[in-house]
Amino acid sequence: MEKLDPVSDKTARISVATHTIAALGRLTLSAGRKVFSALGGMCLLLCVTASNTITGLFVPGQRFGRDALIGQMVRVGVRAIPIVIIVQMAIGMILPLQMFSKLDEFGQSEQIATINAIASFRELGPLMTAVVLCGFAGASIAAELGTMVTSEEIEALQASALNPVRFLVVPRLLATVIMTIMLTIIGDVVMIGSGMLTAVNLGIDYDICFRLTREAVNLTGFATGLIKACSFGLLIGLIACFLGLSVKPWEGSDGVGRATTSTVVYSIVAIIGADAIFTVIFYSYGLFS
Amino acid sequence: MPTTGDNSSIIEVRHMVKSFGTQRVLNDINLDVYRGEIMVIIGGSGCGKSTLLRLLIGSLEPDEGSIKLFGQDLTGLSENDLNKVRNRFGILFQSGALFNSLTVGENVALLLEEHTKLDKSTIEIMVKIKLELVRLREHADKMPAQLSGGMKKRAGLARAIALDPQILFYDEPSAGLDPVTSAQIDQLIIDLTRKLHVTSVVVTHEMNSAFRIADRMCMLDKGKILKIGSRQEFEALRDTDVAQLKNQQDKLIRQFLRGDSVGPITDRNNSSDYEDDLLMLRLKSGK
Repeated sequence: MEKLDPVSDKTARISVATHTIAALGRLTLSAGRKVFSALGGMCLLLCVTASNTITGLFVPGQRFGRDALIGQMVRVGVRAIPIVIIVQMAIGMILPLQMFSKLDEFGQSEQIATINAIASFRELGPLMTAVVLCGFAGASIAAELGTMVTSEEIEALQASALNPVRFLVVPRLLATVIMTIMLTIIGDVVMIGSGMLTAVNLGIDYDICFRLTREAVNLTGFATGLIKACSFGLLIGLIACFLGLSVKPWEGSDGVGRATTSTVVYSIVAIIGADAIFTVIFYSYGLFS
Repeated sequence: MPTTGDNSSIIEVRHMVKSFGTQRVLNDINLDVYRGEIMVIIGGSGCGKSTLLRLLIGSLEPDEGSIKLFGQDLTGLSENDLNKVRNRFGILFQSGALFNSLTVGENVALLLEEHTKLDKSTIEIMVKIKLELVRLREHADKMPAQLSGGMKKRAGLARAIALDPQILFYDEPSAGLDPVTSAQIDQLIIDLTRKLHVTSVVVTHEMNSAFRIADRMCMLDKGKILKIGSRQEFEALRDTDVAQLKNQQDKLIRQFLRGDSVGPITDRNNSSDYEDDLLMLRLKSGK
């Protein structure tokens, strides 16, 4: 067969184009397949976890691992408290400083307090707490579960007729959700306090600051923040447990490392995506009046 | 020969095939394990014996064929039914595979708490009994990270016998142990089998251990069973002069049993295209 000159020959050019398109199509399909199978796997994990939680709480025969839950809450959340406090203090200081000069131009400098309160309860409180927990909770859970896979512990659980989801995922997922909510509340308070301190230092009267903050914090705003916090916790826990348990036994420490990194990356993306969706929904329902 | 005189098969494997992707790891496996005996499965690395063990405990499903434990086919069982079978056997994993967040005692107690309706004090007594059988009673409150390799295996063994299983599986019990500890584990395997009247299936490539504990042996090579027989048959094969063996397969088994560095296994592994490879290189560079 004579060799085709790809530049000049029309047939060859068309086949190069179709090859490229075909390659792109294959890439999209395989990436799409992976994404969809991961999404499906996580939904399945969520359903199994939910059913195990319910049977654990309400079915009399089964024990509910309260000690395990408390242990996980300490591990996932309590140790993150100092970091959350530092982060929220910093943001509580950054926001007013950024806004002050512009607002002062319009003679509205005391509105720093209002904006700070709204931003912390509705947005930055839940979001920044969740981002911190992506590392504390997400990475640590994924690494722990991944290591358990490679050291045959998960296999030992299954071979002992014990359900790994019930023993490992339920306490970790619940702990992540609970601690995200609790840490968000702590973070909100710290951020508002830090914001007020900054505002007062910028020359705004303390009583005005306090009054505006109190007016800005309403139940709806608080509730939307907590709903977000709850969903963020759920996403972090679910992604961490899924990716940790998806490590294959032969992958060793390489697989565990990849699972840990992926958990942090995908959790952050998922959290911000969820935040966007929630914000749009809450806005269109007029909850941000 | 099985010591209890009971010839019924507690494990039956018929025409089992398992592939991973395109690679056929196990090919037409037929195996019987009789009640009360110690069956040792031997073979080199990569022969498929770990996969065989995983299939026997229900962690993997075969592509073809059947595996029967206690007369019940494992293939196609629901998770619930499989769990009922799992409560009747115990496994010692290669690294012990203890639950790292629990103490030794809690590791054993977990199975009793979950699968029996016994009260706390009874469970405590049973944990002490199991730990005493493996001589770890004083270490009940230690965490797995504080144990040596041999102690981890003994703790894993105590957990494996927690529910008084009828079959015990051992995955390379001597791996990573010094000769004395290895001999102690072997003696433990023999004692447990005789005292608890369990059937033991041991996967190993340590021939010293194998000849010490086996009633019958089964040799695997590249996913196929080469020979199943009594320990005496294998000992005879090991001690036969190589000149008296006609069969290439027997020579291969003999090399493995003796741990010889020269023989059919090493001949097979030596690449015959070394010279051709060099020649090709020379030809290529000459062009």
